[in-house]
Amino acid sequence: MPFLLRRLYRFMTAHIDGILLSGILLLMFTGLLVLLSASNGSYARVSGQLMNMLVALGVMWLFANIPPHFLMRLAPPLFVLGCALLVGVALFGDVVNGARRWLHVGVTRIQPSELMKIALPLMLAWYFNRNEASLKLRNYFGAALMLAFPVALIARQPDLGTALLITASGCYVIFLAGLSWRVIATLFVAGLASLPFLWSALHDYQRQRIMTLLDPTSDPLGAGYHTIQSTIAVGSGGILGKGWMNGTQTHLDFIPERTTDFIFAVYAEEFGLLGNAVLLAMLLFLIGRAMVITANAPTLFARLLAGAITLTFFTYAFVNIGMVSGILPVVGVPLPLISYGGTSLVSICLGFGILMSINTHKKLVQT
Amino acid sequence: MSELSINPGIEIRDSERELDRFRRRLAILGVFVLTLFGLLFLRFFYLQVIQHGHYSTLAEANRISILPIAPHRGIIVDRNGIQLAHNYSAYTLEITPSKVQSLEDTIDGLAAIIEITPRDRRRFRKLLEESKSFESLPIRTRLSDEEIARFAVHRYRFPGVEAKARLFRQYPQGEMFSHVVGHIGRINQREVEQLEKDGRLANYRGSDYIGKTGLEQSYEKFLHGTTGVEEVEVDSGGRAVRTLSRTPPVSGNNLVLNLDAKLQEVAYNAFGDRKGALVAIDPATGGILAFVSKPGFDPNLFVDGIDPQSWSELNGSPDKPLLNRASAGTYPPGSTFKPFMALAALFYGKRTPQQTISDPGYFMFGGHRFRDDKVDGHGLVDMYKSIVVSCDTYYYVLANDLGIDPIARFMALFGFGSRTGIDIAGEATGVLPSTEWKARRFSRPEQKKWYAGETISVGIGQGYNNYTPLQLASAMATLANDGVMFRPHIVNYIEDIRTRDKQLVEPTPLRNLGIKQEHIQVIKQALVGVNKEGTGARAFADAPYTSGGKTGTAQVIAIKQGEKYVESRVAEQHRDHALFIAYAPADKPTIALAVVSENSGFGARAAAPVARKVLDYHLLGKLPAATDGKN
Repeated sequence: MPFLLRRLYRFMTAHIDGILLSGILLLMFTGLLVLLSASNGSYARVSGQLMNMLVALGVMWLFANIPPHFLMRLAPPLFVLGCALLVGVALFGDVVNGARRWLHVGVTRIQPSELMKIALPLMLAWYFNRNEASLKLRNYFGAALMLAFPVALIARQPDLGTALLITASGCYVIFLAGLSWRVIATLFVAGLASLPFLWSALHDYQRQRIMTLLDPTSDPLGAGYHTIQSTIAVGSGGILGKGWMNGTQTHLDFIPERTTDFIFAVYAEEFGLLGNAVLLAMLLFLIGRAMVITANAPTLFARLLAGAITLTFFTYAFVNIGMVSGILPVVGVPLPLISYGGTSLVSICLGFGILMSINTHKKLVQT
Repeated sequence: MSELSINPGIEIRDSERELDRFRRRLAILGVFVLTLFGLLFLRFFYLQVIQHGHYSTLAEANRISILPIAPHRGIIVDRNGIQLAHNYSAYTLEITPSKVQSLEDTIDGLAAIIEITPRDRRRFRKLLEESKSFESLPIRTRLSDEEIARFAVHRYRFPGVEAKARLFRQYPQGEMFSHVVGHIGRINQREVEQLEKDGRLANYRGSDYIGKTGLEQSYEKFLHGTTGVEEVEVDSGGRAVRTLSRTPPVSGNNLVLNLDAKLQEVAYNAFGDRKGALVAIDPATGGILAFVSKPGFDPNLFVDGIDPQSWSELNGSPDKPLLNRASAGTYPPGSTFKPFMALAALFYGKRTPQQTISDPGYFMFGGHRFRDDKVDGHGLVDMYKSIVVSCDTYYYVLANDLGIDPIARFMALFGFGSRTGIDIAGEATGVLPSTEWKARRFSRPEQKKWYAGETISVGIGQGYNNYTPLQLASAMATLANDGVMFRPHIVNYIEDIRTRDKQLVEPTPLRNLGIKQEHIQVIKQALVGVNKEGTGARAFADAPYTSGGKTGTAQVIAIKQGEKYVESRVAEQHRDHALFIAYAPADKPTIALAVVSENSGFGARAAAPVARKVLDYHLLGKLPAATDGKN
């Protein structure tokens, strides 16, 4: 019996990275605490989120056990499928809240941009890995095209937040793949120069969000309301916070979407600067471990994919916290591992599963 | 290994260089991550440490709302506890214009479930013009329970419309007390500014009403009370979640009047359908016993803002119901002036009571014939007779002998031509003619001069003489009280309803006129004679008490030289006013009064019976028989 148990234990943990897992569990636990407060002590949301977490951890275990080279083979078909679905959305998609983001597939409807979040870095990593021996400037150019096509489709939906996040993940891959500094500098200057044109291409509500960020009080009951109230929540938290379950902004309903995108306002109000420092430390711990895994990944594909996953995770966290504390425009990005919602949890844990797979399968590759 | 490449050394170095470069790039991104997290931490530090105070204040301001609790307004009762102004609780339907898309649609929608009259709409439109759009304004008041239930069902259809439980002011006695009690009304912008200047505005947070006229206005400070404060925690929708602290409001003080509501009623009804005024005073204290101005108006119309149509009806009526005749209306005193003229004669030593004149029925002065009422004259007239039969000639001569300025100085002692200082606003001064007054009053030099001929008619209470019924009553009371004058006051005491403390409105002896008692007694005897055997005798026939009185008739238009005044030939609004002043009982007066009955002819016929009914009720508790009404 002990033998069987030990076998089961080894089967379960062989591809699990303990350090990464402990970081994830710590953040998840924090998330549940904040969620309990944000939902005014109701356990219904918390138990729902607990179920989401179990599913997400299951997905993580599954992907940790899939060897990276298998994923590599999956990359091109997944990317093509993603692009096809995006074209489908553009042609036949459902309009919800003025944006065409959803596609009906049989009984359910999906948001193909979610799939792109993982398919794109996977594809770029595959692409660079394939051309590893002879990386030329045109390869980078090709990668940029591969990036631009889905991003353009998503931006047209319009879903600027997702488009920017996918752009970021693609840029991380291209940067890590070794794009020369000279090109980077040139692109940076060109980018700055094209800002006015980009501005004119934005939708009114997108411009409004940016304007609101610069001066939230210009529209205190409209677009600025979220930012003003979440900033008040963060600021009134002070050094030690108002205490768990004691946030007035939270419990008197002043923070909109406080279980999802704005959950950080709840956390910052109740746990203060000290709590924020602890949260940043926990995130850094997770990112740091993921970077170590990235640095030690055996192949270029694994390195680029791991790097993209790691930095995308960071970007989500930064954009969300930056938005809640009023230094970034309001875009619909949840705080990874903390915000309520299954989709985000599953996709984040899927990424960590891939990281674990990369870390635990390299010995097998090398032997 | 060797199968992988022809030149393994270079290949390995190359891939190691690649790896190094990758790790360098990764390290750069690591620095990038740290930098941005550092930026976040700085932002937290800024918000949570440096600006913490600011955001705490904002969070508290979000959270805590300070709600004023309006106090109950004090009630007003007469000397016997009969309520003249009280409060009752009822529902109003209120609209906050700023929260409503289309006012017309909303009101039409409401009208489909609750009765809204055109009058309500007009009143609402007028309120709308006077108020700010975020104020909640009543479209209907005094809703029935059924109407409330019907509104509750349809409530969701009317955002910005609320049914609110409110305290209403009601004046149960209606028009009878409209001028003395006055009324409250919605606070207007001018009143807000005044309150702000007095530093009382904070106490009116939560109050919609303020005293506008009468006692409601002059005792506003006492009636209003102190506003309470409730600190409540509110959510983002503005709904109160819980109460943090509560300072209860302090109700306003009650007013207990000297006024006798029953007496007032008797007096009001005694006028029949005549217009006029009556003021009755307790001579020993100056307390006002009755204060009638007829016609009155329904003060309840004004409480929630009067609709423009009702307003113009009241304001444009030829009967002038809005005019407070008792203290803001002025009338020539007519013959009621004579007793005071006689007293002046004694005072200045110009006459003795026994001195007589021979009355041929007129007095010639400067080629002008001043006529007596009695064409043939009264024959030999002494002071007593001059009052009892109301002989004009006696006073033409007397006025001429005294001169205008000595008359004015003496009459000023009795308060003629100056405000009495009664405790409601809007008192008129009237006109006490003198050379100085005329010089002040007119601008052209020939008008500024006083002509000796003008003094003659002043002697019989005509000419420039013009006094309020209140001044007349006060002068009568002073005479009845043997020359000691009190400031007339309507309120007896102010009562704190919690402590039951009474704050008396002290009877203030304004002055002792310093007139010899023997002189006063001469006049008082003559006044008793009027009611016993003179012009008041018919009205006071069979009275079981002795009273003093004096009739008077005030000309509204001048009669041409040589013409006779014939009542039936004169348009009603130009007919003479009937006056009567009286006091009783003669030995120890408890009431003194002045009556003016407009356009009613002789004082003896129209005004004295009113006085009789009032004195009967006051002294005997006797209500006039219903059939007497028109007499």
